[in-house]
Amino acid sequence: MSDFKRIIAKRKRQDFIFNIVGIMCTLVGIVTLGALLTDLLMDGLTRLNWTFLTSFPSRFAARAGILSSWVGTLLIMLVTALTAVPLGVSAGIYLEEYARKNWVTNLIEINIANLAGVPSIIYGLMALGLLVYQFKLGQSVLTGGLTLAFLILPIVIVATREALRTIPQGIREAAYALGSSKWQVVRHHLLPYSLGGTMTGIIIALSRAIGETAPLITIGALTFIAFLPPLPVTTQPPFLSIEWLWSPFSVLPIQMFNWVSRPDQDFVVNAAGAGLVLIVVTLLLNAIAILIRYRVRKRIKW
Amino acid sequence: MSAQLSKSVDPSTATIERPDYSIETITSAAKITVRHLNFYYGRVQALFDISLNISERIVTAFIGPSGCGKSTFLRILNRMNDIIPATRVEGEVLIDDQNIYATGIDVVELRRRVGMVFQKSNPFPKSIFDNVAYGLRINRMTSSKRELEGCVEQALKDAALWVEVKDRLKQSALGLSGGQQQRLCIARALAIRPSIILMDEPASALDPKATSKIEELIVELKKQYTIVIVTHNMQQAARVSDVTAFFLLGKLIEVNLTEKMFTNPDQKLTEDYITGRFG
Repeated sequence: MSDFKRIIAKRKRQDFIFNIVGIMCTLVGIVTLGALLTDLLMDGLTRLNWTFLTSFPSRFAARAGILSSWVGTLLIMLVTALTAVPLGVSAGIYLEEYARKNWVTNLIEINIANLAGVPSIIYGLMALGLLVYQFKLGQSVLTGGLTLAFLILPIVIVATREALRTIPQGIREAAYALGSSKWQVVRHHLLPYSLGGTMTGIIIALSRAIGETAPLITIGALTFIAFLPPLPVTTQPPFLSIEWLWSPFSVLPIQMFNWVSRPDQDFVVNAAGAGLVLIVVTLLLNAIAILIRYRVRKRIKW
Repeated sequence: MSAQLSKSVDPSTATIERPDYSIETITSAAKITVRHLNFYYGRVQALFDISLNISERIVTAFIGPSGCGKSTFLRILNRMNDIIPATRVEGEVLIDDQNIYATGIDVVELRRRVGMVFQKSNPFPKSIFDNVAYGLRINRMTSSKRELEGCVEQALKDAALWVEVKDRLKQSALGLSGGQQQRLCIARALAIRPSIILMDEPASALDPKATSKIEELIVELKKQYTIVIVTHNMQQAARVSDVTAFFLLGKLIEVNLTEKMFTNPDQKLTEDYITGRFG
């Protein structure tokens, strides 16, 4: 009997120890992040004001701002999203719902999973060779957006497929049994029901892309740019212009990289300010993802 | 399995008086005729040389132990197995004298004529109204909003669900109880006015009360529809069906009038199964 008690006591002790270890591990992550954020806030908040957001970079730290880089980030993300989302979602739907399951699709599947893990600078090199030199798209917003689209394409495809897989087979059968064509099953059921998962995946992918620096530097994004791309709307018909696609650009992480590498301490503070803006945008994107997921889950429970 | 086992009995040759049906009803023209059907999942053969007639406007029940192929066979009748990769069909399935596995057959059109209700109720995560209206909409069967509403109402009435849901048509179908969801699925199948309804263990996930509602409904529906039902529950087969087919290990062992099947089956295997000696 005492043997039995001893064993129970031992098990409880094991439980307790693991609890402590677990808490410690979690704390390492949280405290580090907290320290980083606090440091960033302390440095960056002093610099964060309207002028900082609306000024071009300058060789004087006090006058320098992030206007051209946040506009650049915005435009790049626009191109990335408009390319990666339709391509990735379509590819995901094709692979999951249409493609026959054979060794070719297996091979594609494995490669997509691998592509998601390829270092981003490799994508930069590919884009430099293909988009800049081969297709002569220049070191432009278009090139930058497409590069990041390539980068996140595998993530979007995988997210789409995962989201489709959570839909019970019974829903597909029900739709087919009522005389739906395959496209109707996809359009009326699978797409709307998987929207939550797909959107979450897309936004996570975009928030990864927004912080990417290496591939954009590789294709030759500028580190100092004192003008904005042409406006997408014009006063003359057809009132829309795609001139901005061919404009040179910079983005927030590149601006930060540029500033921290300067010897002047004031520029490092500028970098913290830009970093703060970047973090806020990323957190905002993640908040949207969580909100969408929450709303869809509330509506659809399998 | 000996050759004798795979011999099936044609219900049209079985003669037994039934109180509520004249023999003419039972022997009415075959709605579905299956000839020498073999079915394969990849390299595994699941059904062996099945031949059988299913008559119009009666309830035909498929019974047999799990994995005997009765559900697979049911899903052959509206080509539902097409969506499972690497399946293969040999033989003929005639519905209204048309081979549904012939080339050039429009599967979408076939499934409009042959409705299906599944084992696990599977309403779309849409409103009750939209669930029933879905088939009508995609098949463009109504020309006005009023006509659509009329058809939805009729389908819900036919499925004995109207009274319970008429005040909450705009609410999500996922808020209904299990039994209500299953009747909604029946209404959804009825809405597009098929002539045949396939039911794959429609009551297996329901409590006894909901089950008896579904069974009453089936008996009511056979006035207008040809119904084929797969069931695990032999009492259920006895209660609702007119003709019963017994499957074992992918083979059709016996087809007979339900009354005869459950009192004096022709095959020894059938008797063993029905009396609970195996299965």
